[in-house]
Amino acid sequence: MTQISATLSRLGGVYLLPVAVSVIAFILIGAPSSWVTLTVAGLAMGMMIFLMASGLSLVFGLMDVLNFGHSAFVSFGAFIAASVLAWLGGWLGADSIALNMLALMAAFTAAILFGLAAGWFFETVVIRPVYADHLRQILITMGALIVAEQAILAIWGGSPLSVPRPNFLQGSWLIGDVTIEIYRAFAFLLGLAVYIALYAVLNRTRIGLLIRAGVENREMVEALGFRIDRLFIGVFMAGSALASLGGAMWAGYETLITPALGAEMMIVVFIVVIIGGLGSIQGTLLGAILVGLMANYIGFLAPKLALASNMILMMAVLLWRPNGLRPAVK
Amino acid sequence: MTLLSLQNMKTNIGQYAVLHDVSIEVPEGGVFVLLGRNGAGKTTTLRSIMGLWQPSPGSVTFRGRDLTGLHTVDIARLGIAFVPENMGIFGGLTVEENMILATAKGTFDPKRLTYIYDLFPALQKFWDKPAWSLSGGQKQMLAVARAIIEPRELILIDEPTKGLAPAIIDNMAAAFREIAQSTTILLVEQNFEFARSLGQNMAVIDDGRIAHAGTMQDFVANSALQDQLLGLSV
Ligand SMILES: Nc1ncnc2c1ncn2[C@@H]1O[C@H](COP(=O)(O)OP(=O)(O)O)[C@@H](O)[C@H]1O
Ligand SMILES: [Mg+2]
Repeated sequence: MTQISATLSRLGGVYLLPVAVSVIAFILIGAPSSWVTLTVAGLAMGMMIFLMASGLSLVFGLMDVLNFGHSAFVSFGAFIAASVLAWLGGWLGADSIALNMLALMAAFTAAILFGLAAGWFFETVVIRPVYADHLRQILITMGALIVAEQAILAIWGGSPLSVPRPNFLQGSWLIGDVTIEIYRAFAFLLGLAVYIALYAVLNRTRIGLLIRAGVENREMVEALGFRIDRLFIGVFMAGSALASLGGAMWAGYETLITPALGAEMMIVVFIVVIIGGLGSIQGTLLGAILVGLMANYIGFLAPKLALASNMILMMAVLLWRPNGLRPAVK
Repeated sequence: MTLLSLQNMKTNIGQYAVLHDVSIEVPEGGVFVLLGRNGAGKTTTLRSIMGLWQPSPGSVTFRGRDLTGLHTVDIARLGIAFVPENMGIFGGLTVEENMILATAKGTFDPKRLTYIYDLFPALQKFWDKPAWSLSGGQKQMLAVARAIIEPRELILIDEPTKGLAPAIIDNMAAAFREIAQSTTILLVEQNFEFARSLGQNMAVIDDGRIAHAGTMQDFVANSALQDQLLGLSV
């Protein structure tokens, strides 16, 4: 038994979980082509959820701040991107990939800029007065989420908004009898690129070192002479911008969005952060991939269980590892 | 010449009054030892100096400058380093990362690094290992080394011998003697043997008040006073 567990941890430990889940799904699903389609969808979804969740995880890790309003950045990002894409409809439909890209970049940039500005405002005005007071944090940030949802309702109306996709990301690749939606592959690759960039910043730069140390022991970093609160606002803004970018990508993935998006994603994002272990970017990625894969596999195998599957996953993980799969602090 | 002076310092933690009246004068150079039973207020005293708790206004002066009300970060930047009771090691970071974090600019002075390696050879050996994998004694060495990776005016060290094997405590004493050549140390201890071998000046704190202050020599000579203040625990 100990031998088995030693071998498992040498092979990757908890990182094997998504592999195990997909192997089991492969057996249960039976049809390889459906399995590939579902796995790609799950990975793409996981990467987008990772973008949405990573900021929340770091924000909690660094300052113990529970921001239930975090997913407001996701839904605003989605709606802003949708508006920009609709506005640049001519470019999207053009045959030129360059014009397509330009429209997409404009939408993503708008979402990111919104995330940065709204993150700055939110941290300064709403979060700062309630540092170190969890109950008031929960109340005030949940309130902010509701306000954001109403604001979206007021600006964009209540009916579902359809989101145009750029021409070059339409359709699917057909490899044998396997179909892979191009947008999904794109979402996966973009998410992966952001993860690698984030990982590099955290592990190769001085700011990243301060963030990792601050997540472990904020007080000690301050006793060494570095202001965590000034670092924190930067992390908060970056996390908000990533959430908005995640929302923008999600809009193109779903192609139909409603103002309830924020509240729906809030649950998913919290589950991911708790599964992964608060404050850890690798943990968040792991949690997001697991949630993305499970949602797609279960949605195919037992659609009625799809909603419950995330909760079941979270409970199982917490029973097994109360601090999440890969917590930041050892 | 007084480096650090506490005058009638009072500190509340939340609604609890923990320190009632703490006054000490730490001269520049050498080791000043603060003794006292468990729960007497030693840790709270160090944390108050560091600004991690709020002491009464005007009660802490460092080189004549009032420290009360300053942010911990600004206190640290005056050249005061803190080695907390739990060591404050970043377990997920390597030994090197723990050390480089404590430098102001993110680069090592090679001469200083040699000095650190000479003091604590084990750190060089485990330089690129994650800090959680170190033994208790090595973690304590890392915590002390981190505090002096750049020259400091004053180091506050909280019970560095707690839980360490006798051989390691001897190493630690030698290192402290070396460090005290160039830096003032305010050492909190319950291990009287260790403390007496290092300190020139000392004070005893009891229930949030200074019960005695003087030279180590006088205190060591007065066993009745030791019994009275430190009891059988020492
Ligand atoms: N965070 C805290 N909240 C409430 N009381 C505390 C806290 N920390 C310490 N105390 C109390 O303050 C007193 C002094 O504690 P401390 O300074 O840690 O003592 P020492 O370091 O001398 O053992 C103790 O009675 C302790 O219970
Ligand atoms: Mg103590």
